Amino acid sequence: MIMFNPNSFGHLAALPPDWPGNFWLHLMAFTVIILAFVLITAIIFIWLERRGLGRLQIRLGPNRAGPFGLLQPLADVLKLLIKEDTVPTKADKLVFWLAPIVALAPVLMLFAVIPFQSGALLADLNIGILYVLAISSLASVGVFMAGWASNNKYSLIGAMRDVAMLISYEIPIVISIVGVILITGSLSLTEIVGAQESIPFILLQPLGFLIFFLGSLAESNRTPFDLVEADSEIVAGYHIEYSGMKYGTLMLTEYAEIIAISALVTTLFLGGWQGPLLPPILWFFIKVAAVFLLSVWIRGTIPRLRIDQVMAFAWKFLLPLALINLLVTSLQVVLWPEASLWLIVFLNLTVMAILILSWSRFFRLGGERIEV
Amino acid sequence: MTLKTEHFALNLGPVHPSTHGVFRLIATLDGEVIVDIEPVVGYLHRGIEKLAEGRTYKENIPFTDRLDYLAAMSNNLVYAMAVEKLAEIPVPERAEYLRVIMAELQRIASHLVGIGAFIQDLGAFGTPILYMWREREKILDLFDMVCGQRLHYNYMRFGGVSHDIPDEFLPALAKFVDRMPGFIDEYDQLLSENEIVLVRSKGVGILPKDLAINASTSGPVLRASGVKWDIRRADPYSIYNRFEFDIPICTGGDSYDRYWIRMKEMRQSIRIIKQAMEQLPKGKVLNKAPLRLRPPAGEVYTRIESPRGELGFYLVSDNSERPYRFHIRAPALINLTALRQMLIGWKLADAIIVFGSIDIVLGEVDR
Amino acid sequence: MTVAISGEDLAVKLEAQFPASIVKSSPDSLTVKSEFLLQVAWHLKATPELGFDYLTSITAVDYGNYFELVYHLMSLEHNHILVLKTHCYGRDEPVAPSLVSLWQGADFQEREVYDLMGIRFDGHPNMKRLLLWDGFQGHPLRKDYSNDT
Repeated sequence: MIMFNPNSFGHLAALPPDWPGNFWLHLMAFTVIILAFVLITAIIFIWLERRGLGRLQIRLGPNRAGPFGLLQPLADVLKLLIKEDTVPTKADKLVFWLAPIVALAPVLMLFAVIPFQSGALLADLNIGILYVLAISSLASVGVFMAGWASNNKYSLIGAMRDVAMLISYEIPIVISIVGVILITGSLSLTEIVGAQESIPFILLQPLGFLIFFLGSLAESNRTPFDLVEADSEIVAGYHIEYSGMKYGTLMLTEYAEIIAISALVTTLFLGGWQGPLLPPILWFFIKVAAVFLLSVWIRGTIPRLRIDQVMAFAWKFLLPLALINLLVTSLQVVLWPEASLWLIVFLNLTVMAILILSWSRFFRLGGERIEV
Repeated sequence: MTLKTEHFALNLGPVHPSTHGVFRLIATLDGEVIVDIEPVVGYLHRGIEKLAEGRTYKENIPFTDRLDYLAAMSNNLVYAMAVEKLAEIPVPERAEYLRVIMAELQRIASHLVGIGAFIQDLGAFGTPILYMWREREKILDLFDMVCGQRLHYNYMRFGGVSHDIPDEFLPALAKFVDRMPGFIDEYDQLLSENEIVLVRSKGVGILPKDLAINASTSGPVLRASGVKWDIRRADPYSIYNRFEFDIPICTGGDSYDRYWIRMKEMRQSIRIIKQAMEQLPKGKVLNKAPLRLRPPAGEVYTRIESPRGELGFYLVSDNSERPYRFHIRAPALINLTALRQMLIGWKLADAIIVFGSIDIVLGEVDR
Repeated sequence: MTVAISGEDLAVKLEAQFPASIVKSSPDSLTVKSEFLLQVAWHLKATPELGFDYLTSITAVDYGNYFELVYHLMSLEHNHILVLKTHCYGRDEPVAPSLVSLWQGADFQEREVYDLMGIRFDGHPNMKRLLLWDGFQGHPLRKDYSNDT
């Protein structure tokens, strides 16, 4: 196992450049750039999702607005901007107005620490991962505010489900990342990307990747965990009463969240911006798009779970597996630091296969009928 | 310290993406658990029974299309059979075979919608239902070929069917029947062993056998609860006693069984269509009844096995050209009788699943 | 093949059990008085040879002087069907006993008959309108119903 020397990565630390107005101008300029990046990527990914889902469902997807429907997301944004902004009469006005902002802000803040290229990020925190995990929990506050302030039983049910789910899935996610941190020896995201020079962590930590990916799908309320906004039960959940740009903001939050998660998966498990031939920023984008398309594929294929099944999945399946993964990884790091990488890969893959096959045999998802 | 909770009433209102129409369910919930449920119907009540009393028998045939609009051929069939029994009009052989072919094609189409909507309610955002609608489009094209309509056919007449099939119908039907089992296998492969479908619908919303019989359920819902009762076998109408087909039953009575039965019934329908195509005789297709038919005074109750259950027509005639009483025994409404017992104790998400597995059509419930 | 039980044969058997309950019997149907309806129905359900465990349909017909309630009963095991009828008199508040305690399938159908014909069923747990809204006046399927009232 390779142990990385933090001192060798001094050149990756993003020092504020010698700009006039230096630190604060740099900060504001790059904040705007990141915001623009998120918005534009969200638009592209919305198009990707709608066409991708269409092809999975043997239909075309949007193809009227512009060639291949490329201008469709733009048309949607325009429509949302000029729509009437209705507020229910008995809604809690301040909370109703604040909720989309409170939902969007943490998700945007996530992008501050993700390395787009060697040395290209907003803030090279040496506690990068900790920052990410802390901020991503805040998104649920916005959702809950939206659900509560709408004065609508459906949104309340959706918001309650969301909070329960988010709290449950935090723990397996956190524990699954610790394996990566152990191998790298640092919490900083730039160093984690650097540590994947020889082999991406998806091979070294397959179980960690699986748990992190599934947990993040739950965090961002994508199928099969989209019961928060289940169309067929609670008719759009927490964003029932929203219209116009507030609704646009909530939708943007959802897509920004899945982009953030794809970016995190890319950084932690797929090697970030590294890759031969093409410029790094392009590699980063390709990997993010690949993870996103994987989640679109899952969305188009499987139905959704019920809330008690979702919780059972988190607590009884993901959490024990994450703990066992942590145990195995720490044993490898402590006892076998010099072992050949490919041996570790083979070992971890075997452990993952055995664990998943045997655990799913003993694991029951079903909730029974409750005596009333 | 005990936590004080209170039940709240949630209105799964008439306008809802998953209520298969305008159906209202007032659910009293304790958190997510359903404590009580009250179905409210009548949002699509058009007074068909009263309207039919003011029109002649032949003018009422289009009304029957609009009852169960997803299985219009079956409705036409039972009404035509009822009036033929009342007025003693014979039906030529070729017409009988054509009726059977249309009825079984309609059964496949209706089950495709039923299963597709069920999986859609489960949350599979659209993929299975669109795959099934691809096949349904082929069936609707076949119907379009025969009678020019895709949804409200108005095809059966007293004494036969209105048009003979065009030349291109039988080759198209043969092609469809050849390829359909492959598609049913595809749905089977995608859905029947799917973990999430299994865990969401197995054991959910069980209808025990005794309750099913006592609550007058019929059709796939009854057969999924373990009662081997199919009117095509128990009380054969038309020429069903000439065909070989199985009656699938399941013993669980849960939502998964109701889905499974419909898949199996589609295969049996294909079997019947193949046999009917082989035995199709030549001849005329209509023994024309008078335009203003005056059946002799009397009453009749005729029933068939429609895709939803036992669809029956009770007609009373007083020897005039308008029916004196035109009553429809609607299987969709009567299958809902046991809904409350099926749902209490389950969660809100299950309510939609169980309700979707019964597969109602509001046109028939409300008439 | 479902056998339609002849009303006349059944009338002979029932006379012994429930004297003076039969109003009319014909090969097609059997008409009893409404006071005896519940007992006759119970007898039909409980007797093993008859075993009518399945209530197929309930209908009402308005014949001017009286309302005729038509019950189609069926036995799944013996595969026979019977048409049981009863008459209700009075235009204002005709009453008939409810069969919900015997067959739960009667629940929605009796509510529909009350809604559209106006016949009240004694003993029904939830005698409310089914298809029309709660404040609706009148019963549309009656022959003397007119939209102007």
